Amino acid sequence: MSDTALSGPRKPSRWAAFSAAFFGVPSAAIAFVVFVSMCLAALLAPWIAPQNPYDLGAVSILDNLLEPGEQSFSGMTHWLGTDGQGRDMLSAMLYGLRISLLVGILSGVIALAVGTLVGLIAAFRGGWVDALLMRIVDLQLSFPTILVALILLVILGRGVDKIIFALVVVQWAYFARTVRGVALIENSRDYVEAARGLRFGAWRILFLHVLPNCLPTMLVVATIQMAQAISLEATLSFLGIGLPPTRPSLGLLIANGFDYLQSGRWWISVLPGLVLLVLIVSVNVLGDRMRDVLNPHLKR
Amino acid sequence: MKRKVSIALVAAVTMALTPAYAEQVLTIGVRSEAASLDPHWTQLSADLQVQEHIFEHLVDLDSASQTVPGLAVSWEPIDETTWEFKLREGVTWHDGEPFNADDVVFSFDRLRAGIDGAPASPAFQLEKGSKTWEKIDDYTVHIMTDGPYPTVAEDLAMLPIVAEHATAGKTASVDFNSGEAAIGTGPFMFEEYSPGNRVTVVRNENYWGDQSAWDRVVFRPVGEESARLAALLNGDVDIIDYPPTVDLPQLEADPDFTVSTVSADRLIYMIPSYRHVEEFVTDVEGNPLMPNPLRDWRVRKALSLAIDREAIRDRIMGGASLPTGNIVPPGFFGYVDEIEADPYDPDQAQALLAEAGYPDGFMITIQGPNDRYINDARIVEAVAQFWTRIGVVTEVDTMPRNIFFSELIRGGDLTFPGFDDPKFSMALTGWGTVAGEATYTVSGILESYNAATGGGNGNFGRYSNHDVDARSILAKRTIDRNARLELLEEATKIAMEDYALIPLHFQVNKWAMKSSLEHTPRTNERTLAWEVRPVE
Amino acid sequence: MLEFLLRRILQAILVLFVMTVLVFFGVNVIGNPVYIFASSECNQACIDEIIVNLGLDQPIWRQYLTFLGNLFQGDLGRSFTHGVPAMSLILERFPATLELAIAALVLALGIGLPLGIYAGLKPDSPISKLIMGFSMISFSVPIFWIGLIFILIFSVRLGWLPSIGRGDLVSVFGLFEVSFLTWDGLRHLLMPAFTLSLIMMAMVIRLTRAGMREVLHADYIKFARANGIHERRVIGVHVLKNILIPIVTVLGMEFGGVIAFAVVTESIFSWPGVGKMLIDAIAVLDRPLIVAYLIFVVVMFVAINLLVDILYSVLDPRVRLGGNVS
Repeated sequence: MSDTALSGPRKPSRWAAFSAAFFGVPSAAIAFVVFVSMCLAALLAPWIAPQNPYDLGAVSILDNLLEPGEQSFSGMTHWLGTDGQGRDMLSAMLYGLRISLLVGILSGVIALAVGTLVGLIAAFRGGWVDALLMRIVDLQLSFPTILVALILLVILGRGVDKIIFALVVVQWAYFARTVRGVALIENSRDYVEAARGLRFGAWRILFLHVLPNCLPTMLVVATIQMAQAISLEATLSFLGIGLPPTRPSLGLLIANGFDYLQSGRWWISVLPGLVLLVLIVSVNVLGDRMRDVLNPHLKR
Repeated sequence: MKRKVSIALVAAVTMALTPAYAEQVLTIGVRSEAASLDPHWTQLSADLQVQEHIFEHLVDLDSASQTVPGLAVSWEPIDETTWEFKLREGVTWHDGEPFNADDVVFSFDRLRAGIDGAPASPAFQLEKGSKTWEKIDDYTVHIMTDGPYPTVAEDLAMLPIVAEHATAGKTASVDFNSGEAAIGTGPFMFEEYSPGNRVTVVRNENYWGDQSAWDRVVFRPVGEESARLAALLNGDVDIIDYPPTVDLPQLEADPDFTVSTVSADRLIYMIPSYRHVEEFVTDVEGNPLMPNPLRDWRVRKALSLAIDREAIRDRIMGGASLPTGNIVPPGFFGYVDEIEADPYDPDQAQALLAEAGYPDGFMITIQGPNDRYINDARIVEAVAQFWTRIGVVTEVDTMPRNIFFSELIRGGDLTFPGFDDPKFSMALTGWGTVAGEATYTVSGILESYNAATGGGNGNFGRYSNHDVDARSILAKRTIDRNARLELLEEATKIAMEDYALIPLHFQVNKWAMKSSLEHTPRTNERTLAWEVRPVE
Repeated sequence: MLEFLLRRILQAILVLFVMTVLVFFGVNVIGNPVYIFASSECNQACIDEIIVNLGLDQPIWRQYLTFLGNLFQGDLGRSFTHGVPAMSLILERFPATLELAIAALVLALGIGLPLGIYAGLKPDSPISKLIMGFSMISFSVPIFWIGLIFILIFSVRLGWLPSIGRGDLVSVFGLFEVSFLTWDGLRHLLMPAFTLSLIMMAMVIRLTRAGMREVLHADYIKFARANGIHERRVIGVHVLKNILIPIVTVLGMEFGGVIAFAVVTESIFSWPGVGKMLIDAIAVLDRPLIVAYLIFVVVMFVAINLLVDILYSVLDPRVRLGGNVS
């Protein structure tokens, strides 16, 4: 995520200043390390996971509900135990993390793209286009995200693509509104005036000049939105209307594991819950810090 | 609900002052809420189990689902097409009015006329055999059918009797939920219906039959199974249905709690689909397979032998399942002794696959519900594991019942006519033999599909075997019990040797309760207050 | 002013109309409720009868027109499963949700405000760091998970609190019934309300802390202090008065979200509110009830927004000119 900040439009020394300010707080540094290692773990899951939890030939119900550290029939040690179907929990969590992150990041990126486009158009066109788009944004934002996503998924059915679509629908308006706000300010700045004076095309001004200056703000919003998206996906999956159970995300793993909680098999639900919590907290800490450094005036 | 508090207050005061009398209250934590107290409104068992405390049938089912006298004391065929029912005398409705044959005729008329808006009235039970009825005198009713028809009593056990004077002119469901029309003859009377929260019934002092131990019975819906167990553990409720299977071993070992167990009437099985090309059956590269390998009985047998039913029982069902090769549970009319559950034999399964021409296996997707049967999604996944291990690479696709059943039965939505074929190639589903005997199970899931006669209405794989059909159709017209039993057993044997479907197990139903209670469990999964007693 | 009002009201009506179309058609293409209700013995004739009984034999546009016609008469249709008017079901259960949401609000303010004030006054103390850590975690933790953990700890392990349902009710002035006035009701209310309040609580802590720090540096506070006004009075009256406005504004806006999130809390704790009702209705595809709930919510939100718009325009005439509240 922070790579994007690298290619900022201004002088390179700004990055150094930014990173010094950013990591000046130990919690941000820790959160960054945690988040990056989680992303790496998710990315490398197929190579580092002891088992492919999607390969039904490798998973056996005869190995189910093993405690952390126990060995399976075939002599494999399950360091974090197994779930009700005999899946290795460590592997299931790595793959689950992968899906949670995929859903969070992908929906965030698409929503960012859609929202940015809408926001820029609104800011640049003004007039009735602006009024109409912003009314839609207002309308969208006036409904609670969970309710909109819930209804969309009830209609669409389950699947990764569908939940990403639903999350995009509930997120784009935040980006649109933010980008429009920033773009309006940028629009009145001298450099845009200057570019206009040089008779650059509107789109060129938009993409080469206004957009880069909106980036820091968008990055902050994107980070905060990503945490929300991951949490929302988990909640929807828990309610049974998010992802299909065969490719469980962290949220679904928690939901599955809750059935086993009362009989003392805490690891199936508590471990993925902790991973999810750590993931969301670290993203939120990053977002907070980014806001403090990049744009202290942005309201949450 | 104001009454509720004053009752609680009075109870508290009474308890404080006169400890001699304590009201006996039974609180039942149930999986799903009763949506309506109109006994002609739906066939959902959550509704029926509450309604059965208030309303009764001419014929009752005992805990093993066998017919016993209810509001009728006796019944017998008086000729090929007429059954005579003698009604119980001296029964009164909850408001004191006497019960007689007019109420029976009124109830059946109400059903036949159709109840506006009812999503699933039991009226179709009257259409089976084209039943007509006639009041002979105040305590005699004749039921006529269009031909010899053996299971009139079983059908009437599904038809609740409502009071003419309390129901005529009332709005269906609405006036029942408000209590106005919820006037029955049963052992309990309506007290309060608070949607989403509780249904309360109180003892009917004038009940004709045996009195139960309870002055008041409260049904509380707790959908989430862990929350339901938690409610039992911390004393919010006295007994729960469907305790989570994963917690059964601990519960059974805990001296503070008792678990009651009965083999249910519900068969859990895999339905193979018999079309020539199946959407969800492909070769290992993902190309459609022609012909559909599921049409070869050796393949179906291989799939059956590949399943370790005992592992499913022990590892997934917490011991609560009865592996089987039959279609009705032991003790039911039509159960075939010599059919046993297939053993787990992956080697023979692989040999059979090779013999059928699939030495490298093929690919298949199993569809199943994930919120209908006990551990349904987990069973689907376990079966997929077993099949993948013999080379039949299996994908799993589980979905909520609201989607699963429409696609299982019709394939598409009503809005798109033409999609009326079942959609799935291999599905996990269940079948409950509610009437306690096999006639409509054989006809429902083994007979060829025929929309006109209703044959094979649960045959979603479209299995078709003339030898089975002939026996099943004849059985439905055979009143003589022995002759009928023979036909049903033959039909079952022919179909099961052909692996028309792949049975997994019968559900074993459990209830968990405080150890101060004992319970006689029912095969039809309902929780009835009079079957729960304090331990002496 | 009148023109502005009219325009807003017309917009609201348009939004409502568009939402009825989206909701009605959206909900009516999913699954097929017939097969949920049909028993296994139900044959084709019986299934056809159910289809007619549920009114599903009509083409969907005609179903919509019927629905719209009824809507104008204040009738939101009749629940498939319950067979009673959907609106009466919703009204019967909405007080439970409202009580839960208000209790969550009270908890969020009651706990969040003091914590936030402390953290704002002593930003560098370890306790403040702890408070901010707590707010970060409660903002992040998925409420379904924390709800489950609460049940496990407080109901199952410790046995202190009941885990399901709503407690005894008492009637207030014979108008509506509440549970928080009875001991039993309070015990039932505590866990779900606390779970639901966590996100709001985190927000209150943050807003209060930020507001405190801003206001403490403001001239008039410095002035008050310099004038020797007692510290407690400075904070209790002057500071609090100023930070409460943004907090109340934000909470007011978030309240709708709390009612929506109650869907999750209610299904975990079997709280008999409208959220639980929605989840149950979805499970059995009770289309009229789903549609009615959504329309109810849409009307509620549109009405709230309209009210806020009008209030703003009354308070701040500039809004009228811009015509844009964002």
